[in-house]
Amino acid sequence: MTTVKCVVWDLDDTVWDGVLLEDGDVKLRPGVLDVLRTLDERGILHSIASRNDPAAALAKLTELGIADYFLHPQIHWGSKSDSVRAVAEAFNIGIDTLAFVDDQPFERDEVRFAHPAVLCVDALDVERIPGMPEMRPRFVTADSKERRHLYRADIRRKEAQDVHHGTDEEFLASLSMRFTIGPAAERDLQRAEELTVRTNQLNATGYTYSYEELDAFRRSPGHDLLVAGLEDRYGTYGKIGLALVERGEDAWTVKLLLMSCRVMSRGVGSVLLGHLIRAAHAAGVKLRAEFVPTDRNRTMFVTYKFAGFTQVAADGEVSVLEHDGKHLPGIPPYMDVTVED
Amino acid sequence: MSIDTTAAAQTDTRARIAEYLSRFFPVHDLKDDENIFELGFVSSMFAMQLVSFTEHEFGITVENEDLELEHFQSISALDAFVTRKLLAAAPR
Repeated sequence: MTTVKCVVWDLDDTVWDGVLLEDGDVKLRPGVLDVLRTLDERGILHSIASRNDPAAALAKLTELGIADYFLHPQIHWGSKSDSVRAVAEAFNIGIDTLAFVDDQPFERDEVRFAHPAVLCVDALDVERIPGMPEMRPRFVTADSKERRHLYRADIRRKEAQDVHHGTDEEFLASLSMRFTIGPAAERDLQRAEELTVRTNQLNATGYTYSYEELDAFRRSPGHDLLVAGLEDRYGTYGKIGLALVERGEDAWTVKLLLMSCRVMSRGVGSVLLGHLIRAAHAAGVKLRAEFVPTDRNRTMFVTYKFAGFTQVAADGEVSVLEHDGKHLPGIPPYMDVTVED
Repeated sequence: MSIDTTAAAQTDTRARIAEYLSRFFPVHDLKDDENIFELGFVSSMFAMQLVSFTEHEFGITVENEDLELEHFQSISALDAFVTRKLLAAAPR
């Protein structure tokens, strides 16, 4: 079962009673506000797929005091399946992590037909939504409670990027990014587990570890469990990266290297990997990394290869890559990197 | 294909690669043999963009075993790699 990351709502007769363009005085349906708030606190996002007049609908959402809950609303006369797909793309999350709520059986069927992995819910069942097993993330961390605001900051960054003239690197420089790398503390473990479960695209091995296993690695003298955080002038991105390194006598092995897909375009995977390369070099050991290819994590393979790794062994689906010990990466000029002990 | 058009196609590949890379190094007059990985930090995003560009622009598939720095490190290296892949894919 996939945990839902975002609920996409219809408006007329779903979020509010009635049809806005026929009755300008529509009222919130009972229970909707509680559901919005409850899921938001669990870190589940909300969006909209409504056939409506965008200006009128957004004005009504503001008047009802719930506009802030919804990100990337799709309000137009196109099909709901297109809107649902647009929401997944805008958040850069898998379409199988969406739920869709609508009162019309036709709309639910249309979405279900185009996207069988989307969980479709009848608006009559809205009060049952928080109790559904798909709506219960394993952990609710500080980052998950803040998730809506993290994405809202991402939208502001994106707007700034859209009006930016110049190279991507100049835009990145304008963000004043600060990247921190440090050993995982106990308070980071839930978020660390959440990252292993949530991250697909920028995950080199796809291994998932439980809270208890991660805690054991954190205490183990033979392992380093590192957590990376990022912030910039628009605010924090939260804890967005994780690395697990097994420290052998003459070689260290990266068992896990992952980055939240929200920071994909910031190139931070290379920054965390660069830190490991320099640390291994300073310790006089080889740096190896395990890699398990999936249909979605090619970016991580390219990251390793372009950082100077070559494949030295393969065991079933697990490849072992080794750094050449020569290409020592620098730190990107557009970012401050702090390593905490 | 005559020798003339082959030469033209090669020049074209090189020019398209040079044009693409110049977007990332706007203030730098990139030489054909210059190692782009020594010019600055190579982010995972740039690496992936370069691989995607190579695949889409020239209609080739970059296999995992093709993902070697030496194929992507300069305009002429990437030109040689693309030309070789296109030849291997061309019907005889």
